[in-house]
Amino acid sequence: MTELPRTQHIIASGLVAAVGIAVAYISYTQEPAEAFLFPRLISTVFVVLALWTFGKAVLGRTKVGNGLSRDAITNILPGLIVALIYIFWAAKALGFYTASTITFFILLSLYDPAPHGEARTWIKRALITAGFLAVMYGLFAQLLTVFTPKEILF
Amino acid sequence: MEFLAYMGDVFTPINFGLLLIGTIGGLILGATPGLSPTMAVALLIPFTFRLEPAQGLILLGAAYTSTVAGGAVSAILLKIPGAPANIATTLDGHTMAQKGQGARALQLSFLASAVGGVFGVLLLIFLTPVLAQWALAFGPSHLFWLAILGVTIIGSLDSSSVVKGLLSGCIGLWLATIGFDDIMGAQRFIFHDAVAGGINVIPALIGLFAIPQVITMFAKGRKRLDAEVIAVEKHPIGQAVGEVFRRKRALSIGTITGSIIGLIPGVGGQIAGLVAYDQTKKTSPEREKFGTGHSEGVIAAESANNAMVGPSLVPLLTLSIPGSPTAAVLLGGLLIHGIFPGSDLFDNYPDVAWTFINSMLIGQILMCIFGLYVAGLAARVAQVPNAVMAAVVLGLALFGSYSVQNSMGDVYVMMALGTGMYFLERFGFSAAPLVLGLILGPIAEANFIQGSMIANATSSMGEYFFSGTLNLVLIGIVVASIGYSLWMELRDKRYTTKDDAVLKEESLS
Repeated sequence: MTELPRTQHIIASGLVAAVGIAVAYISYTQEPAEAFLFPRLISTVFVVLALWTFGKAVLGRTKVGNGLSRDAITNILPGLIVALIYIFWAAKALGFYTASTITFFILLSLYDPAPHGEARTWIKRALITAGFLAVMYGLFAQLLTVFTPKEILF
Repeated sequence: MEFLAYMGDVFTPINFGLLLIGTIGGLILGATPGLSPTMAVALLIPFTFRLEPAQGLILLGAAYTSTVAGGAVSAILLKIPGAPANIATTLDGHTMAQKGQGARALQLSFLASAVGGVFGVLLLIFLTPVLAQWALAFGPSHLFWLAILGVTIIGSLDSSSVVKGLLSGCIGLWLATIGFDDIMGAQRFIFHDAVAGGINVIPALIGLFAIPQVITMFAKGRKRLDAEVIAVEKHPIGQAVGEVFRRKRALSIGTITGSIIGLIPGVGGQIAGLVAYDQTKKTSPEREKFGTGHSEGVIAAESANNAMVGPSLVPLLTLSIPGSPTAAVLLGGLLIHGIFPGSDLFDNYPDVAWTFINSMLIGQILMCIFGLYVAGLAARVAQVPNAVMAAVVLGLALFGSYSVQNSMGDVYVMMALGTGMYFLERFGFSAAPLVLGLILGPIAEANFIQGSMIANATSSMGEYFFSGTLNLVLIGIVVASIGYSLWMELRDKRYTTKDDAVLKEESLS
């Protein structure tokens, strides 16, 4: 195993172990004890398995999981940031349909392999985005009548 | 023969229309690489809220069946399996297509899928009521062990690492405890308002299955899909029908292998396809032709992966133990309508249970008919760029999870769980046991509490939970599944994950 995935494994399994310990601590200290009977049971197993995994990662004996390469992180980051802004802020602040349209167009521009320099490409992306908006509106606003947060643009 | 009494319900205009939509939509979605059957079914759940329970299940069941079969289209015409279940199909299917026999390969694939699928659903029809009645004898301790069994068996068999699989199951069980305790009303692990009411299963399922796929598509960057769709020449269907039934050995090995593997919780369709392919090759007098475009390879693989669909629902419908991640999502689809699998389902909702099962039977035939017509279209859809697919899935995940109870909290939970799952998967953790833990957690806890009350009133906890034949059998299965998986892991003989299945495919070819 190369050094990068090993460090990543230590961080990942360390985080899982930390969550496990926190869950066990809360389960064994919170009252009423009866309400935490089942969480105590599972958190004990959780902590044992998490520490076992962490120990294996520290010793470099982790056999599965390729981790994340630098290329993958570089590719993921822009899309993930856009997706997180979309879900945790834009959807509520701008409205579902406005935010979805903007996000769709940005993601298409970021990841579509078609060349950015051609006007035809941008027209195609705009048309696909419009089609997506129409389908989503038809499905959720008309067919399922889902009441979404108020739109900022309409 | 109770199922025959409800056969007519499948043919009401709405039910049949939904069956058609689910079948055709599933075939197209199944052909799209990156859209797994589980994710397709999870994204469809929000569309079933306004439907009657039977109608919702018809739509989900049809999508499940046909996404598995639809994956063969891209496997044959693009050499990209639409789902892991279709990995074995690429070995001979794509070679046949390269030789100008694409139509023949598709016809054989859909016909074999239909034969395997019908056999699998018949097994579901005849086994389910018997097991459901048997399940009536289960008390709280047995139901507790069953729920634990469901989590551990998938945790140990469906993951590349037993420890990480079980750990994923524990994370799911913990997530299920978040919110207010049912008996004391105490707050547990409420660290954000979004989880004050507990974690809703549907947004969690959407997040856990859809968001990792979206991020995986991001990880590919601006890569163009270079796969070329092979043109399909016409081929007489009569000849394909004759050939499928002439290849009795491949058809029967595929169907029986798929059915048996489907009954074992935690073992997926890719294993069914690969094992059937392997066994057919070993027993065939023409084994040297395998990998060079031999029809037996396609027939064995496709009959197996569809034969596994019906039996994988037997543990779900009788014992609440989903046999596959997709069955776990279907369980979520049942629970949102307040229907609990087991004898309750067949005693109180026989119309729902039998209409659903019958629709899967009819769906196999529709899938065979429409599969041949939509194959060309499905292959074109399979070429949709990753960027479009990722953005569409992300949008559907947002709208779908919000529509469950018009709550932004559900949307935040969906995204947080999905993003977390992607990173966990990169380090060997698995979504399936986590989902099982989340779904079976409340069942395990309720029966654990009920059992401990009975134990305190009658005997000791140890005696109540660890004695009695059924308890010991269930504990034995839990221990055996973990022990077997550990043994296989230590011997490096496991190939149950997608990555390992790809390696197995390479070794076979």
